[in-house]
Amino acid sequence: MEVELKEMLEDLEALKRTLSDPSHHDSIAKLQQHVERISDLAKSVPSRRSKVQDMSAEVVDSNPYSRLMALQRMGIVENYERIREFSVAIVGIGGVGSVAAEMLTRCGIGRLLLYDYDKVELANMNRLFFRPEQSGMTKTDAAVQTLSDINPDVVLESYTLNITTVKGFETFMESLRNQNFRPRNGDGGVDLVLSCVDNYEARMVVNQACNELNQIWMESGVSEDAVSGHIQLLVPGETACFACVPPLIVASGVDERTLKRDGVCAASLPTTMGVVAGLLVQNTLKFLLKFGQVSPYLGYNALKDYFPTMEMKPNLQCSNAACLERQKEYILTKPARDAAAAKAKMEMEASSATEIPIHADNEWNISVDDSYDIEKTDLTSSSDALPEGLTRELPSADEFQILPVPEETSTSIDDLEELRRQLEALNAD
Amino acid sequence: MEGWDPNTKSTLTKIPLLTTKAGPRDGAAWTQRLKDEYKALITYTQMNKSNDNDWFRISAANPEGTRWTGKCWYVHNLLKYEFDLQFDIPVTYPSTAPELELPELDGKTHKMYRGGKICLTVHFKPLWAKNCPRFGIAHALCLGLAPWLAAEVPILVDSGMIKHKDDAASSAGS
Ligand SMILES: [Zn+2]
Repeated sequence: MEVELKEMLEDLEALKRTLSDPSHHDSIAKLQQHVERISDLAKSVPSRRSKVQDMSAEVVDSNPYSRLMALQRMGIVENYERIREFSVAIVGIGGVGSVAAEMLTRCGIGRLLLYDYDKVELANMNRLFFRPEQSGMTKTDAAVQTLSDINPDVVLESYTLNITTVKGFETFMESLRNQNFRPRNGDGGVDLVLSCVDNYEARMVVNQACNELNQIWMESGVSEDAVSGHIQLLVPGETACFACVPPLIVASGVDERTLKRDGVCAASLPTTMGVVAGLLVQNTLKFLLKFGQVSPYLGYNALKDYFPTMEMKPNLQCSNAACLERQKEYILTKPARDAAAAKAKMEMEASSATEIPIHADNEWNISVDDSYDIEKTDLTSSSDALPEGLTRELPSADEFQILPVPEETSTSIDDLEELRRQLEALNAD
Repeated sequence: MEGWDPNTKSTLTKIPLLTTKAGPRDGAAWTQRLKDEYKALITYTQMNKSNDNDWFRISAANPEGTRWTGKCWYVHNLLKYEFDLQFDIPVTYPSTAPELELPELDGKTHKMYRGGKICLTVHFKPLWAKNCPRFGIAHALCLGLAPWLAAEVPILVDSGMIKHKDDAASSAGS
């Protein structure tokens, strides 16, 4: 189109020159102005940007990564471009997940895996990201549509499935193991899983998958009253898993007895969800690009603007078998990990010593004291160890003793087919 | 059991408790759990029938027993309102309860999540968590679906969201 318009301008110019009668010049000039305006309009018509081979730090209007690469120049991030090597799986493309996906896409993440079984509805329009004209599309397809327009460099995979069903879970596990994007040493095919689902059941499923795959993941949640939320880092074997202790929620400070739940399941606010998505992706970037401190748990109370933090140790009596296996592995590898950490610390102190002369008393002080670590809260021993403003969403399971299975002496039927027939007989009348 | 009506409470205590902690990915242990599930469902159905309070039909829709389908109904102003009932057994069962779905009512009430999953009271999940793995499908129906129908069907009928189907009353009756 641009070429055509340019030719038209040239033709008009030629016509102007050949016309001897100057009375026509005005109308030709008018025509030329129109064509010029049309060419300007044509330039602003949306066009898909092409893929970028390398992330450049060059500050020009056409470089989508210049401001991000500036993080490297400023010394905040050591190597920003590594972001293109990372794969992140986002489970649940709702109010939090879709915004997290957009943030990571704009940051130039290498690959995103998106999971959801739901469709976009007009009732979702109080949230960010999805557009009214996408109503009826699956959330995963609509997300891919928007995200690939924003940044065609990101490899997007969409999985329209329910991870809580047996079949959905198998596909979910398989997709997390797939190493096609980038071969790696470990078992997993992704660097991080982000849980952005809106219910306890689905969180427990993400927990199950990540414990089995030894996959680091982050949990996020917004309360059903829309005025509090949290993010949590879960490292299988090292931190509490989602089943280790009943889930922690941020108390909204609203008296439960005055909270009216009649007639509604849940409220939602784009602000709270946007804040939580921002906290989640910030923690993700810090984790992937190794800068700053990665929060183990960060709560958000919107009514009081209060942000509690804490750390949680795994529960030695966790009901999740895969969690117990990861805990065992973690303890077995502890000596090697401690030695490596001590060595790294020595090296770091040695190198800093050459730069800044330290006090003579400290010259040989190479203690591997971990006192800078936040004291981990042992939630299994005392239930009242929670920081102010945090509460448990659910009680722990009661002490459950497995009763000795009675010998096959009773008259009770123990054949599955027979039991099925009995129920069907009852169902028939 | 704070927050439950005495009727639900007394019914619940009569449903046999389950002993096997196993989910659909646990092979032989799941088969054992399924037997427990059937026993509890058989007792509960018999109990409902003898108390003249028969209110659901449920059967496994696949050989693995991971998907269940059936019907449930509620009588309001002497008229019977019947609905399709379905749910999947989640991979993390019994740590998490099955999410009961009434697909015909999807979009007709706020007390429902997307896809027709009923919205349980704040009391359900804590009680389920506390009693894992002793509660099964029968307990979920008794604690989750029965109170939901009792609370929501009258509202749905009175607001005109659902209409009575005369011919539905006799076909699948008790
Ligand atoms: Zn655990």
